[in-house]
Amino acid sequence: MKFKPQTKQKIAFILLGIAASIVIIPVILILAILIQRGLPAISWQFLTEMPRMGMRAGGIFPAIVGTLCLVFCAISVALPLGVLTAVYLVEYAKRNWWTRMIEIAIVNLAGVPSVVYGLFGLGLFVIFFQFGSSILAGALTLAIMELPVIITSSKEALMSVPRSFREASLALGVSRWQTIRHVVLPNALPGILTGAILGISRTAGETAPILFTVAAFYLPRLPKSIFDQCMALPYHLYVLSTQVPNVKPALQYGTALVLVGMVFLLNLVAIIVRARIRSKKQW
Amino acid sequence: MRRFKEFIIEKIILLSGFACILFVILIFFFLAKDGLALFKFSSPWNFLFGTLWSPLSEPPQIGILPLFLGSLIVTIGAAVISVPLGMACAIFIAEIAPKWMREILKAGVELLAAIPSIVIGFIGMTMLSPIVKHIFHLPTGLTALTGSIALAFMAIPTMVSIMEDSISSVPRIYKEGSLALGATHWQTIYRVIIPAASSGIVAAIMLGIGRVIGETMAVMMLTGNASVMPHTILAPVRTMTATIAAEMGETVRGSEHYFALFAIGLVLFGITFLINFLADMARHRKNK
Repeated sequence: MKFKPQTKQKIAFILLGIAASIVIIPVILILAILIQRGLPAISWQFLTEMPRMGMRAGGIFPAIVGTLCLVFCAISVALPLGVLTAVYLVEYAKRNWWTRMIEIAIVNLAGVPSVVYGLFGLGLFVIFFQFGSSILAGALTLAIMELPVIITSSKEALMSVPRSFREASLALGVSRWQTIRHVVLPNALPGILTGAILGISRTAGETAPILFTVAAFYLPRLPKSIFDQCMALPYHLYVLSTQVPNVKPALQYGTALVLVGMVFLLNLVAIIVRARIRSKKQW
Repeated sequence: MRRFKEFIIEKIILLSGFACILFVILIFFFLAKDGLALFKFSSPWNFLFGTLWSPLSEPPQIGILPLFLGSLIVTIGAAVISVPLGMACAIFIAEIAPKWMREILKAGVELLAAIPSIVIGFIGMTMLSPIVKHIFHLPTGLTALTGSIALAFMAIPTMVSIMEDSISSVPRIYKEGSLALGATHWQTIYRVIIPAASSGIVAAIMLGIGRVIGETMAVMMLTGNASVMPHTILAPVRTMTATIAAEMGETVRGSEHYFALFAIGLVLFGITFLINFLADMARHRKNK
């Protein structure tokens, strides 16, 4: 059977469209299921109370606080380091062998499996530095893990600042660092922030790196310092869905919904900020 | 004084530039330090090709072949599903969809990437595994196939975004030239645009597969965790990543088992390092 090219094109495009919708449907389905089954569980008590009865009742407050502590500590290490790395790569680095090595290192950091980060954090922070299982150890592990995300997006943001801005500043006799500090970085800021938000959202959902570095199975109190263990939302969901028998499904779905809600909200903010940068750009 | 301050700042920037290299070396060092300690107890040959993973038996049997094959079978399954879907989706987004639909699809793909692996695992356990169990009349729905399906959807966003980039960066004149010769849009896509974007597409597939091999939580929850030699994709398997995550909590620090888990980590690090390195090479070849 021989089709005309136009017919072939029509068939191909329809198939491609179907494939594209197959990719999107799970997102909608997962969201719908979580909202339908999780929303009834969510109440003020659920969000602000300690878990009770071996986590079969009560709320998820310590897990929420734990996750917030972890992502905040992680980003406050990763953001300065990541932005400085990006500044080095975009503003200072020459195109040579060393720069290529750094780029390959970044690509590989991005590809290291999350559970391997967990092992690394256990080996370096928990045991070698003797931080023990603590927020500090977990947050540093997460920080190294989110570094590639931050570097890559900061690099893009810096590169999108036009050369002429730098040249104008340098021509006025301003030094290189001053130019970066007062001209390049402010203009790249929205892009850098987008990367930071995406980094936060990624670390908020990670489970494997915190398994052996910080996560507490059941700890119905809040962490007092960064040397404390804490609960975390993703690990709590793991525990509820595989480790504790007879948990009410509503509790599991509620926890999952809070986690996904947090992550999606962050991503939506990032998507909107980026769209606004694109439309506002005057150069 | 100000020049001194700038000198310090520029040195700090230089140091941060090298931090990434330091981290990669540190990761390797700390995996190797404990991982290679395993070979005081057993030979590399037995470790890599032993067909029994039973670290708690007496004497411990440390062979990662069943775990490696578990990872392999799940990865192949996920690749078979995700490569065609991802490619189709990328082509549709880059070439066919009208602008409004493109923005929605891209946001959708980004949100798919944002769903934490633990949530995919949870939904897979409650929704997907009963379906798999029912369709194939299996005693359990937690099989390699279940893991593959879930992982495919975790690999797709990585693939789509890189493929879409490389398809969009094919010079316009290639496309216009082909259309001007009377080729249809579809003929142009698969005869001109896809070949021109091929190195980016290959890189995208490799990075997606790299993500699948390293995925931990979803796979641990969905594949049933049976550390036996896998014979079919419809049986429970256990991957290397899941083994580390599941067993590290219960080992004694400094035992053979503990070192064995680090050795698995070292193997995983080696595999993903190689994949990412090659993928990066493929991506950069395009730019020359």
